[in-house]
Order: sequence, then structure tokens, then C-alpha cells
Amino acid sequence: MSDAKYFQRGKIQELRTELNSDKKDPKHSKKKTVMKKIVANMTMGNDMSPLFSDVIACMNIPQLEIKKMVYLYLINYARSKPDMALLAVNSFVRVSTLITAVVNNGGRMEQCERSEHFHFWRAIASGFFISWVAASTPIDSERSEHIIQIVASGSESVSSKVETAPQAGEPQVTHILIKTLKKQDVSDPNPLIRALAIRTMSYIQVDKITDCLCEPLRHCLRDRDPYVRKTAAICVAKLYMHDRALVENEGFLEGLRGLLDDENSTVVANAVVALSEIADRSDRFDLNFDFSVANKLLTALNECSEWGQTYILESLLHVVPQEHNDAELLADRVAPRLQHANSAVVLTAARVILYLVNYIQRDDVVNSLYKKLGPPLVTLLHNGPEVQYVALRNILLILQRQPDFLKNEMKVFFCKYNDPIYVKLAKLEIMFRLAREENVGEVLGELKEYATEVDVDFVRKSVRSIGRCAIKIDKAADRCVNALVELIQTKVSYVVQEAVVVIKDIFRKYPNRYETLLTTLCSNLSDLDEPEAKSSFIFIIGQYADRITNADELLSSFLDTFKDETAEVQLSLLTAVVKLFIKRPSVGQELVPRVLKAATEEVDNPDLRDRGFVYWRLLSSDPVAAKAIILGDLPPISTETDNMEGTLLDELLLHISTLASIYHKPPNTFIGGVKNRRLIPSKAFVHRTYNIPTAEVPEGAEEREQEPR
Amino acid sequence: MSFFHVRHENIYLVGVTKVNANAGLVFEFLYKVVNLGRSYFGRFDEEAVKNNFTLIYELLDEICDFGFPQNTESETLKLFITTEGVKSEKNSKDEGSKIAIQATGAVAWRRPDIKYRKNEAFIDVIESVNLLMSAKGTVLRADVSGSILMRAYLSGMPECKFGLNDRVLLEKEGKIGSSPAGRKAPGAVELDDCQFHQCVKLASFDSNRTINFIPPDGEFELMKYRTTENINLPFRVHAVANEVSKTTVEFKVAVRSQFASKVYAQNVVIKIPVPTNTSGAKIVVTAGRAKYVGSENCLVWKIARFQGQAEYLFSAEAELTSTTVKKAWSRPPISMDFQVLMFTASGLMVRFLKIFEKSNYPSVKWVRYMTKAGTYQIRF
Repeated sequence: MSDAKYFQRGKIQELRTELNSDKKDPKHSKKKTVMKKIVANMTMGNDMSPLFSDVIACMNIPQLEIKKMVYLYLINYARSKPDMALLAVNSFVRVSTLITAVVNNGGRMEQCERSEHFHFWRAIASGFFISWVAASTPIDSERSEHIIQIVASGSESVSSKVETAPQAGEPQVTHILIKTLKKQDVSDPNPLIRALAIRTMSYIQVDKITDCLCEPLRHCLRDRDPYVRKTAAICVAKLYMHDRALVENEGFLEGLRGLLDDENSTVVANAVVALSEIADRSDRFDLNFDFSVANKLLTALNECSEWGQTYILESLLHVVPQEHNDAELLADRVAPRLQHANSAVVLTAARVILYLVNYIQRDDVVNSLYKKLGPPLVTLLHNGPEVQYVALRNILLILQRQPDFLKNEMKVFFCKYNDPIYVKLAKLEIMFRLAREENVGEVLGELKEYATEVDVDFVRKSVRSIGRCAIKIDKAADRCVNALVELIQTKVSYVVQEAVVVIKDIFRKYPNRYETLLTTLCSNLSDLDEPEAKSSFIFIIGQYADRITNADELLSSFLDTFKDETAEVQLSLLTAVVKLFIKRPSVGQELVPRVLKAATEEVDNPDLRDRGFVYWRLLSSDPVAAKAIILGDLPPISTETDNMEGTLLDELLLHISTLASIYHKPPNTFIGGVKNRRLIPSKAFVHRTYNIPTAEVPEGAEEREQEPR
Repeated sequence: MSFFHVRHENIYLVGVTKVNANAGLVFEFLYKVVNLGRSYFGRFDEEAVKNNFTLIYELLDEICDFGFPQNTESETLKLFITTEGVKSEKNSKDEGSKIAIQATGAVAWRRPDIKYRKNEAFIDVIESVNLLMSAKGTVLRADVSGSILMRAYLSGMPECKFGLNDRVLLEKEGKIGSSPAGRKAPGAVELDDCQFHQCVKLASFDSNRTINFIPPDGEFELMKYRTTENINLPFRVHAVANEVSKTTVEFKVAVRSQFASKVYAQNVVIKIPVPTNTSGAKIVVTAGRAKYVGSENCLVWKIARFQGQAEYLFSAEAELTSTTVKKAWSRPPISMDFQVLMFTASGLMVRFLKIFEKSNYPSVKWVRYMTKAGTYQIRF
């Protein structure tokens, strides 16, 4: 095969000439070549729409391969260029003529090959035919009516078998369509074709058409062949997107529910996924499976494809267990899925188990379930990097609910040198969470190694993680601080700056322990250029103004560029200077007026101005109060604030493996029109209390110091 | 709108969604499309896509309906979507029903009417051993991820039963006494986790740890497993680098094979990173060949055949061009690539493969073992 050569930009005019050439072409091989060029160009995104009528003219060529390409062309441009509909009316009559002729001859047209592919394209043809009409509707309904009329009459004039419309005024096209479908349903013995017909039809979402879809669809839902039934199940979901009322009124939801009892597992899986999809969007319809339905679904689980298993597992979240026992039983039967090779099955099984845990009373059962989750999730790290990332983000969520569920698995999260950066960053976060007194040595060794790598983001996060470990684990603080000092001495600018930021927090967490560091810090901080690092350093100067002898010089040098700094730096500079003044009035008295004047008169930022005024008045009216307030105790700092809030976590755990679990945000924050998923209480629901963080201190809490009043 | 993409060869496969889609499912599906492409076209790259664009349109229509992945088994798909295009007329009707049943059945991965004159099954146990060793020679991390590939050329609907020297199973069968965790039970392997091809009956594995399945025809990955206990590292590497002066770095590397002397490794490649401002290197090796590869910033040492229980040495002196900015060299780890035949780093062995079929035909089974390097890295 060498079709690749057709992927060159073609000139419309040349293609048109080739297409209309009168040269002898008995086997249509020339036409085929031109069509390939056109479709290739279309695939590349070149606009081939000016050739519309010329391409349509090829419709009549009795060659399957050409026909396929013409349809591809039509489907593409009928959707994107509805305004061309009218231009091509005449050609379109020919198209419809052909289609109708084919349809009415029941595939007996002698010049057409009778083959599976032929059937396939016949189905597509009828589908296209409608979509094309449909595409023109939004522009001008009168015009499209007109088209439909022309089409209808055109086809009628050709085919003697087309029945006339029973009622005047109703577009005849619908009748042709119904006939098409019915004919195919009744006459076509091949289930693949029956399914293809209904599948294609249901992609076309126009009122007149969907009305006519109902009857054949109902028929297909009860087809004797499972392949047709499973296709029809999805069609109901498609139809629902277009016309909710229709689906509800015509009893299709009941039809779908009926399929849950189907003997074929693939049908069950598709029915259940269609129902879930509908329930997710409907305000009136909620899915709620009882235990017996759940049992049936689980039986089907053993026999369907990997995708089907995923759908069934997802649907189990619609089961609200009424007894602890039921939940345990369900979890027991879902757990073997964790051994599946398909990561979608594994992750979705994990979601179901995490959901069921809410309804299980016995702690030992719950713990053993968490234990089962660990190894399969770790195994996902041997998949491609994309799946690894999904797994890592989800592990991070689960860790917040059950911090020890991967207690002894630290090493698998060590970064490999050639991991993609997004995987590395996600691993770092997990390493930090798994760090405990016993393993912090290993973790630190790794983090120090990472801090010398080349990727700046990764290095920064590694440095920051070292600091966070110091704050998280008291006994490891010394080692962490030593590591940071080593890193500061490398003098790599971004390493030093990142270190300053975390050291600020370490100072706050362990007052009077690491002040000896001050000298190292001050001597290595020649060129800070990042706001966060600057403001951290300034905070440190202010906080230790009494110990840093040249505090005034340092602050003064920052003050020279006050107006060019970011608001973050300006705010901390203001506070630091005032602290210096209170601690060492004689040293600070020259700087204070400068900073107050700058903050209140030279800057437009109202936060800064207001803070300036507050300090000013405090200092001038009540120096004692000023001291108590400005040098007051800082709120304690801890790493627990990194945990997310309990109800949010509850919600996200219901979305394991989805986008929400990757973003760590509820779905309605990034997409519209979805229902929130919440845990539904039942008498089996168990309220567990988790270690929810008490201290809510945001990083950089110095802004809060001024709030005592 | 969210976009999911994976890259294969020189093409990107992108999934697009407006809803809170199951990300695991989307990525798995994209990987599956890659595999399907490979199975259809041999190589799945830009050329293949261009050469088969109509077929690809057709395939996509079949494997994904309204965004829901459907049957993606190439075995079934190849019955009715083929590269030859049009199929002849006579087999369309009955064939259609058969295909439909196959595509929705419980054994969607296998046709019922397969016949072989000689019934054979080949099993390949392929292990990737991952190692991260610190500069001091301590093992920071070592694990094995294994894959058991099967090529089944078996007639009819064979039921297979497969057994490994899995510690949990052996204990269950009473073949060995249960040992406290951590201590090595002789001849048994502790699997941290395993995952199976969809043909394996998971419920029976869960209840009694037996691996039962009806295999697809031809090649497939029966299972994957992972272990971290008692790993036999095939190679030990000892490396030192000295930055003797601003323009020279000295390297000394010793590699020792730790597997039995009867066994050998092939295609051993050791990559020793050098600073980016390296201009050349003088290298002496006791086996194989080594050279400086500027594009990779590495000294590459290749040994075609590495006998067990052997040790080879490498010493080199890299010359650096002097640079104005002195930036510390980050020293990426040494990495190693190799294949060792008839050796498993985990100690895993296939104990049996039993095949039961209605007609009770005899069958021949073959097993091979291979251990290769996953990410085998040594810091220095």
C-alpha cells in the first residue's frame, strides 16, 4: 500500500479538472485516485468543500471504494458546512435518488457488489442522507423544508416502490427513512448490518428523524441478536442527549432497565452504562439499584469484556447498601477485579471498594480491604507514564483518607532518572506523605539526590520537600536542616531561594533551635530574584532583627527598590521594618518613616496602604499595644494543612480514576451540567471520624499578625 | 474540554471529552488502539495511518460507540474489518451472526473453530529487573516486573491450568510449610501482586490461587507480576569517578556477573555519563568495546557476551574543555542494559501447564526464561 503519497496539498482547480475529465476510465481507477487525494486533503484539514458538487457527481460510480470515500467526504462537509446545502440541491437529488434506489431494490442493484461492506455503506448512506438534510435546518428551516421536498420528490420520481405520503404536508423524507430502516430490520438477516443501521441513524440528531427512530429502536432493543441489542442500548443514550422527553415518554428507560436482565453480559454492560450516562444528566431520573440487581450485575461482571467490566463496576456506585453484610459481600466479589490487566478495571474496582467501605461496620474488614488496594495500585506504576500519573494522583487521594495503606511501599515511589517530570512531581508528593520517622533517612537521601538534577521544577520541589519533612517529623528536623545547609552552599540560585522559603517555615515551627543558621543564610543570599524567596528572607530578618546585627542594612537595600517589588515583598518589607523598629528603635528609626511613607503615599495597593496606616497610628498612639500586636506569637505551623477538607475528600473518593481525581477538584468546578455525587445515607452507613486537621494555618501566615482587633 | 494524549512512534493519539471521564479508561483505550494498529499494520506510525486511513475510520466506528469502548479484540475485529477491503458475498449472512455472537460472547477473544495439526503452546517468562543503587553500593530499590507471554497454537476450546512456584499457592497445596514473612522458603517465590489477561478466571484465582483460562489464539500476555523479595541481581557494578582537575575526570568501573557460570548474558551495554563539556576520552577495557558518544554525553561500553561469574574492568580518562562558567556536574546515574537467557531474577519457575480439551489431543509445551534490564541504574 502506498496511499501515503496522496497526502500532499492539492489545488482545488486541478482536482476538479481531474474529477471531471472525460478520458476513458473503464475501471474508474483515475476517479479513485482523485478521490483519495481529496479525502487525504480533507483529513489534513485542507478545505475541500468547493468540490462539493463535483464529488457528489461521483456518487453514481458503482465502485465500493469510491463510494466509501464520497461518503466520508459528505459526512465531513455536511456537518461543517451546512450552508452549502442549498448550493448542492441538484446534486443532492441525485444522491438521494441513488440511495432510495438502492434501498428499494433491497440490495439487488446489479451493478453494486452485494457484500458486507456494501451493506455497511448502505447504512451509512441512509444515515448521511438524513444528516445532510439535518445539517441545513439550523440555517433556515424553510429552506431545508424545501430541500426535503426536493429530495423526496426526486427519490419518488425514480423509485416506483416509494409509498406516497399518507398525509399532505408531512415531509416525505421521513417515510423514506422509516422504510429504509424497516426494510433493513426486516429484510437484512445480518445482525451486524441491523446494528450498523441503527447506530448510524442514532448519530443524526434532528427532531423529524429521531421521531422516526423510535419504532425501529424499540424493535432493536428486543432483537434476537445480542449484538443488535447492545448497540441499541447505547442508541438510547444518544437519543437522550437530543430529546430527553422523547426517551422518557416513549418508555425507553424501561426498555433499558429490561436489558439489565439480559442473558448476554455485554448487553447488560451497555445497558447499564447507558442508564448511568442518562442518570448523570437527568434532573428527574436517578439510578438506584437494589441488592438483587447488584447481584445480577456482578454475575455479568465475570463474563463481559474489560470495558464492560468497567461499566458494570462504575454502576455499582448506584447501589446503596442497606446492611453492613451486603456491603461486605459486594466488596468481596469486586475485589478479584483488582488483579485485572486493564488499569481501568483495577482503578474502577478500587473506586467501588472505597465507596463500599462507607457502609461496612467492622474495622478489620475495612482494613483488610485497604490492604488489598495497595499492591494493585502500585503495580499500575509499571504501565505507561500516563496511567502511572493517574494512579499516583489517586494514591495521593487515598493516602489522605488512610495514611498507612501503603506503609511499607516507600521505595516504589522513588523517582527514576528518566521518569517524565509530571510523574516525578507526583511521586515526590507521595514520598513526602509516606515519610515517617523510621524511613525519613531513605527519603532524605533520595531528595538530596534529586536536588542536584537538572530539571528546575523538580529540584525546587525536592528542596521544598526536605523542608516539609523537617516540619512534619520533629526528630528528623536536624538531618533535614543539615541537608538544606549543604544545598545552600552549592550556591545554585534557585536551590538557595527555594531553601530560604522552607527555612522560614522551619524557624517558625522550631523557634530558638536553628538560629545558628542565620549567618550561613545571610552570607549566601546575595542575589535573590524571586518574590517568594525575597519575602521569606525579609520575614526572617524582621523576625530576628535583634540577632542580625546588620538587619538595618539588609532591609535598607530592599527598601531602595521598594516600588519595583511585588505586593507580597512590599507587605513583608513593611512588617519587617516595623518589627526592627520595635525591637531596636535606634537602628530602625531612620527606616520606619521611609517605609511608612512609601507604603501610604507612593503605592496604589490598598492592602499595603491600609496596613501602613494601621502601623503608623499604632506606633504613634500606643507603642505598648503596638509591640504586643506586632510582635505577638505567631500561630503554630504544621504540614497537616496540606490535607484536604473531609467532605471534599469524600466526594473525590467517589470519583477515583476520573478527571476529578487527577485535578483533585469536584467535577462541577471544571465542567458544567453534571450532578454532584454524594454519599447517600442508609441504615448501614457508618460515620467514621478521620484525623481531620485542626490547625488551619496557611503558608506565609504573617499577613494574619495584624488581626487581633 | 479535556484532552488526553499518548504518543506512539511519530503520532499522537488524542482522546477528547467534555465530561468527567474515567481517565484510566481513556488511556487504556488509547494504548489499545496502538496495539490494534500494530496488530493490523505491523508498525503503527504516520505512514501506516496515511496508508490505511479508510480502514482506520472503519475500525474506530466499531471499537468505540458514542465514546464507550466496545469490543477491541483484534481476533474478532479481523473477522470483519480487513485490510483487503471487500469480502466475498456468500459468507456474509451466517458469518455476520457468528461474528455478532463472538463479539458479544463471554469468550470474545477466541473463535470456536480453530484447528491445528500439531497442538503447541510456548511460554516465555520475561523479567525486567529494576535497580537503583546508591554511590555507596547499597541497594536503594530493587524489584522485578515480570511478564508471562504465551503463544498458543491449540485447537478447539482448550481449558488451561497454569502453575508457578508461587509461595502462597505452594503453601495452600501443602507442598511447603508456611514460613514467616521475609524468610525465604526454598524454591518458592513471593509475588507482591499479579495481574491477568482478561481470559483468566479471576474469581478462581481469588479463592484458591489457581490460574485457569481459555487462551486467545496466538500470542498474548497471560499475566504480569511484581516482586521485591529475594531478588537475584544479575550484575553488580562498582564505579568511581574522580574529577582530578578542571579538565580531566577519571573513571573506574567494575562489573561482575552474579548468575551461574553456565548461563550467559548478551547485548550488555553500560552507559557511563560524562560532563557535557567532554571533548574526548581515553578508555581501556578488559572485555568488549567502549567509546565516547558525544550526542548522549556518555561513555558506552558494549559486551556482546558476558559469561556468568565473571568480572570485567573499565577505566577511562575524560578530557574536558575548559568552560567559563563553573556549574556543578549533576552526575546522572550509570545505566545498564542486558539480556540473560534461562535465568529469572525473581527465581520464578513454571511448574506446569495442563491443557484439557474435549477431543483430548496431546499437546507440546515449551518454556523459556529471560531476564532483561528494566531501569538498572547505579549512582556514583
